Amino acid sequence: MMGETAMSSIATEAGMGAVTATHRRRYMERKSLVPLLLFLPPALILFTVFVVLPMVDAATFSFFDWNGYGPITDFVGFENYADVLTHRNFGTAVRNSLIVVAVSLLVQLPLAMWCAIALSERSMSINVMRTLFFLPFMLAEVAAGLIWKFVYDGNYGLLPAIGGAIGVDMPFVLGDRFWVIPAIMLVITWKYFGFHMMIFIAGLQSIPNEVIEAARLDGVKRWQIVRHIKIPMIRSAIVISVFFAITGALQLFDLIIPLSNGGPSHSSHTIVTFLYQFGILRMKLGFGGAVSVLLFIACVIVALAYRRILFKVEQS
Amino acid sequence: MAVPSKKRRAPVSAVQWATLLVVAAFVIVPFYTTALGGFKEIGELRVNPFGLPASWDPVRFVEILGGPRYFSSLGNSLLIALGTVVLSTVVASMTAFALAHIKFFGRNFIMGYLMLGLLFPSATGILPLFVKMRDLGMLDSHWGIIIVQVAFSVSFAVLLFHNFFKELPKELIDAARMDNCGYIRIYWYITLPLCLPIIATVGVFNFVGSWNSFLLPLIVLNSEAKYTWPLGIMQFQGQFGSDWPRILAFLTLSIMPAIAFFLLAQRYVISGLTGGAVKG
Repeated sequence: MMGETAMSSIATEAGMGAVTATHRRRYMERKSLVPLLLFLPPALILFTVFVVLPMVDAATFSFFDWNGYGPITDFVGFENYADVLTHRNFGTAVRNSLIVVAVSLLVQLPLAMWCAIALSERSMSINVMRTLFFLPFMLAEVAAGLIWKFVYDGNYGLLPAIGGAIGVDMPFVLGDRFWVIPAIMLVITWKYFGFHMMIFIAGLQSIPNEVIEAARLDGVKRWQIVRHIKIPMIRSAIVISVFFAITGALQLFDLIIPLSNGGPSHSSHTIVTFLYQFGILRMKLGFGGAVSVLLFIACVIVALAYRRILFKVEQS
Repeated sequence: MAVPSKKRRAPVSAVQWATLLVVAAFVIVPFYTTALGGFKEIGELRVNPFGLPASWDPVRFVEILGGPRYFSSLGNSLLIALGTVVLSTVVASMTAFALAHIKFFGRNFIMGYLMLGLLFPSATGILPLFVKMRDLGMLDSHWGIIIVQVAFSVSFAVLLFHNFFKELPKELIDAARMDNCGYIRIYWYITLPLCLPIIATVGVFNFVGSWNSFLLPLIVLNSEAKYTWPLGIMQFQGQFGSDWPRILAFLTLSIMPAIAFFLLAQRYVISGLTGGAVKG
């Protein structure tokens, strides 16, 4: 009822334009307190309690030796950090995470860009392709990991079958300390390039058609258009893609567990699977807290650098 | 003056098509072999990896569908995802409404505070989160997962809603205020009905995120009866080791609902990606 009256009066008064400032201020004082008290707290409380406080807690825990039960009294200073940094698998985990970042930036994004440029036009067959390439991204990491665990399976998988067909003896890639990393990188590329492709396509489609058309009429070659017009014009999409690629790579967890579970002999851990294996499973909260803080610092650095770069991109 | 070229250039060149087809094969082959693998005998996987199965006997599929695990784990996931979607939509749209339409001291600060959630990985707080949930008695419950997922989803959902609310014509809100219509009524009768597309986008996004989530249910749930499908499938895989036909059948059945949903809802996913990511 009230809604209908409100809506109908909107129709009549919408054209009147601005409301006077005094009216607005008086309205504010009377009407905004109750809705604010109703609308803001749920999100703020949930966000604070379950997102922000755990990170603060992680920092606190990192200075104590605590197994999760009883009072937290055993202050140990930076000992947990020393333990993490000297842990013999931490270096591997960091190295693997950095490899994931590098592969994401150097393989995945160029592949995504290549596909995006080909698929940014609108047509039926192009839509089918686009949907297909985006499909792995929508798939749960666990399912993707298991599918590829089968592909790589040394006895019944696709890889040995392909190897057999061309007469090469394929190793059990997920059980091999060297091959496990390239194998995981291939899965990561398979899983996520479609996501970046979609971001690039959105950027490419926002380029005004006249710009491309004008260049084309001037006889600019297709690849020159791509290099000198399209890619520079979607810089902000690229910056965002790079940001997602880096933060996503630093947090990689779900895919690793079904594929290799960090093995063989802890050679394929990422920072988060390392945190899970040595912090969460063993309830070493101080140790896990120290890993969390280090990961957090890494993400802050990325975020700050990203802001700088984004700022520069927007300036130019 | 340049002369417009006579021949219409095909939008995609032959080289591009060739590489696209290679990429398409790369994407599709794992799906294809998974879907067929459920029908094959274990020895057949080795000798006939790409061909059609010798028989289309759906015995494994029937067994899984009749077993206790499949429907209960999908049901649990569905319950959690729906709970997350509904709560997150309500909580985030209210907040975004207040931030977009009500002027008050500290509004930019609150927006910035909530946006911190976009920059920092949720995984970093997972261990203290576990302790907190334990202390609050939220472990091994679906509600615990829903509430935490809503908390994680708030940043992105508020961003999408906020972007959308900002675009609504200001005259609408002003006119309603002239009529002494309160903010709560404006929110309910004017803003929400106008923002169904963004509700769909946020909803689909949160649904997919919740449906696929693994780490949170993994640390929260203990009893098998409450397992979500990613936990169920990991357990199934652990139990049957390398009985691949059975695992592939289970995988196929588990991902089919998600693929169907994705094909129906993909435009909302994509508009969320582009609206949130590219604009934000």
